[in-house]
Amino acid sequence: MLFDFIIKAILAAFFLGGVLNLAGLLTWVERKQSAVMQDRIGANRARIEFKSWFLAPINWVLAPLNALGLFHSLADAAKMFLKEDFMPKGADKFLHTAAPVISVVFALLAFSAIPFGNVLYLKNHAINLQIADINAGILFVFAMMSLGVYGVILAGFASNSNYAYLGGMRAASQMLSYEITMGISIMGIVLHYGTMNLQDIVRHQSTHWGFMVQPLAFLLFMTAALAETKRVPFDLPEGESEVIGYFVEYSGMKFGMFFLTDLVETVLVACLVTTFFFGGWQVPFLAPDGFHMPWGAFYLVPSKLIAVLGILSFMFKVAFFNWLFMAIRWTLPRFRYDQLMHLGWKILFPLSLLNTLITSIIVVLRK
Amino acid sequence: MGKPLDPNARASETRSMLLNVGPQHPAMHGIVRIITELDGETVINAEVEIGYLHRAFEKMCEQGPYNNAIPYTDRLNYVSPLINNIGYCLAVERLFDIQTTERCQYIRVIMSEISRITDHLTCIGASAMELGAFTVFLYMIKAREFLYELIENVTGARLTISYARIGGLKSDLPEGFEPKLLAAIVETRKILKEVEGLLNTNRIFIDRVKDVGVISKEDALAYGITGPFLRSTGVDYDVRKVHPYLVYDRLDFDVPVGEHGDNLDRYYVRMEEMFQSMLIIEQCLKQMPKGSVMVDTAGKVIPAAMMVDEAKIGHTRGLKDVKVEADPTLEGTGKTFRSVYATEKNVALPAKEDTYGNIEGLMNHFKLVMHGHGVRPPKGEAYFPVEGANGELGFYVISDNSDRPYRVRVRPPCFPIVAALPKLIIGEGVADIVPTFGSVNMIGGELDH
Repeated sequence: MLFDFIIKAILAAFFLGGVLNLAGLLTWVERKQSAVMQDRIGANRARIEFKSWFLAPINWVLAPLNALGLFHSLADAAKMFLKEDFMPKGADKFLHTAAPVISVVFALLAFSAIPFGNVLYLKNHAINLQIADINAGILFVFAMMSLGVYGVILAGFASNSNYAYLGGMRAASQMLSYEITMGISIMGIVLHYGTMNLQDIVRHQSTHWGFMVQPLAFLLFMTAALAETKRVPFDLPEGESEVIGYFVEYSGMKFGMFFLTDLVETVLVACLVTTFFFGGWQVPFLAPDGFHMPWGAFYLVPSKLIAVLGILSFMFKVAFFNWLFMAIRWTLPRFRYDQLMHLGWKILFPLSLLNTLITSIIVVLRK
Repeated sequence: MGKPLDPNARASETRSMLLNVGPQHPAMHGIVRIITELDGETVINAEVEIGYLHRAFEKMCEQGPYNNAIPYTDRLNYVSPLINNIGYCLAVERLFDIQTTERCQYIRVIMSEISRITDHLTCIGASAMELGAFTVFLYMIKAREFLYELIENVTGARLTISYARIGGLKSDLPEGFEPKLLAAIVETRKILKEVEGLLNTNRIFIDRVKDVGVISKEDALAYGITGPFLRSTGVDYDVRKVHPYLVYDRLDFDVPVGEHGDNLDRYYVRMEEMFQSMLIIEQCLKQMPKGSVMVDTAGKVIPAAMMVDEAKIGHTRGLKDVKVEADPTLEGTGKTFRSVYATEKNVALPAKEDTYGNIEGLMNHFKLVMHGHGVRPPKGEAYFPVEGANGELGFYVISDNSDRPYRVRVRPPCFPIVAALPKLIIGEGVADIVPTFGSVNMIGGELDH
């Protein structure tokens, strides 16, 4: 019992630590990638240097990191913590404080059902590389993502500001309508694989990844999930030049938490897309015993290495989708409210229903 | 919450929300405020409040000599200050009824068109940024940077340029300007093509700007709107074509005209105008005459001290247009100054070589800049419209034959557009306020004149 508990704690620390670090790193990626796309140099000013001569070797190590501007994430965090925590007059103190916490906590909780690797065999223990092996994992993830909306709505309502209120309203309607599309589009995957357990879904994708069997669901899910992250082109709740956002009255680390939530959600969506449609931790041609190449060759791989390869594969895919979402974010302009609703309810929603219908028919016919 | 329920009240009550957009709103630049009444996200009423950047430009112009107003005009439309400079000088020159030299006119056209491009780049870039397309903005700013570098090369400043003078220009174009300008045009064209690739076929962008902020031809005319805003409705009114000034009648260019008067048409018109401006610049460079320098003494460059010595023994006439190796702090060093200045001595300041080099030049300079002397146009009034980046930019100057203008009135092109702004945004969504406002290209400096 205690051993299992410790194992779970280690897994949670490993995975959530990874996610939080990745989210922190994404602030840097966002700056640097946008800079590359926009012919700028980008972040390169935050630097750590030691003055003493005997620490010079450390400076040599730090120099390339300084040049890359990697410490901007740290500088950001320091700035956020040191800023005045401002609360507007007339704001609801409790809800105003609770909102960012709700946002970030539920965003992080959603990760617990996501498998980041296959079973790892250590001596006689089989460790499932997943924090919580939930039967209805999909439902759990969706529930957590839906609860995250509360943070945004509360932030909008508790700030006693018309702009925040508009942002909160937009966030509520946008996230509710896109959640439906997201849920229904994933029904295709559930029907096809016949399970709601995320680990099982990944295991089913050993030969054909999800996007091959459910291409339409993939596009629908990715679009709806992007809308869930509230980033351009779906950043209406934020809309910095229109309503400034539900967090307009936040400063310091409370704002930082909203900011973090956005990035954590980006990672989450990347994880979900990977899990549902890109084979999660699956490595192409890698079976539990080794590589089975399509031309008949076979390479034996030790089981521990397979587990590590799985984790690396998962990380690589997540990083790739993060990169893709960033590229989208810096390329497209923003939707308008009615256009967003039009897209959500009149295009994506019927398409996701259609996808579910067709998948059901095929599943039934196959039986 | 604590109110007792009124049994007669309706089950639900709908009230509109009052939203102050600006002046602290990020899209309002701190210089304008739009008070909107919202029903949900729809604007049902709007009022624009201006005056946050009022500097009493017109009154200030009356306080000093004619030449002193030129730096003030820099600050009118601070995105294309050269056009303001030139417009004001043209108005005063009309009072005098003088013509500047041909080369000067060509340079004025070139600088005006560079300014027009920078203005349109800023306008489109900022509008796109306000729609969330940040990358477009930075591409545009990159292009603008090439042009600003040129402007800095010519005038010595990026924004507060004060380049035009009554009767001419501060100085001639620097050496090697032409290849730099042509290279900058090539770069700008490339960037504009990139931006067109990013926006013209972008479904989200088109949806956001199409049929938004629509104004009819009749309304636009009734409000007195000019420039790209009017042309987007289908009226081909362009001061450069209708009342040609400088050398615009010798240049071959098209006036792009829209159809619907919405934000999309305004975007297209501005984009096309930039390409036309670049064509104009290229033609100007081809047609521009070389500066006519009358050299009497073998065309040598002589040091300033020697010029003084020569002048002392009376050789002033021959020295007038000799290039002088003056102290580097003296402006106009080695410049062919005469080619861009009118010859009227009661209007145009003498070349700095003359001012520092011989007594006639010094006297002339003294008479023009000292209090109570100065430039004295004959009694009368003159209005001179030029095509600013936003529309017809007019200066109306009244002279009472003193050394100060009796009255200077500026007709800022964005003033009527801002007056029509409530009409444009009522009935649209909150999200449409900002792009429409962006397409107005409101410049606080000229609006609050």
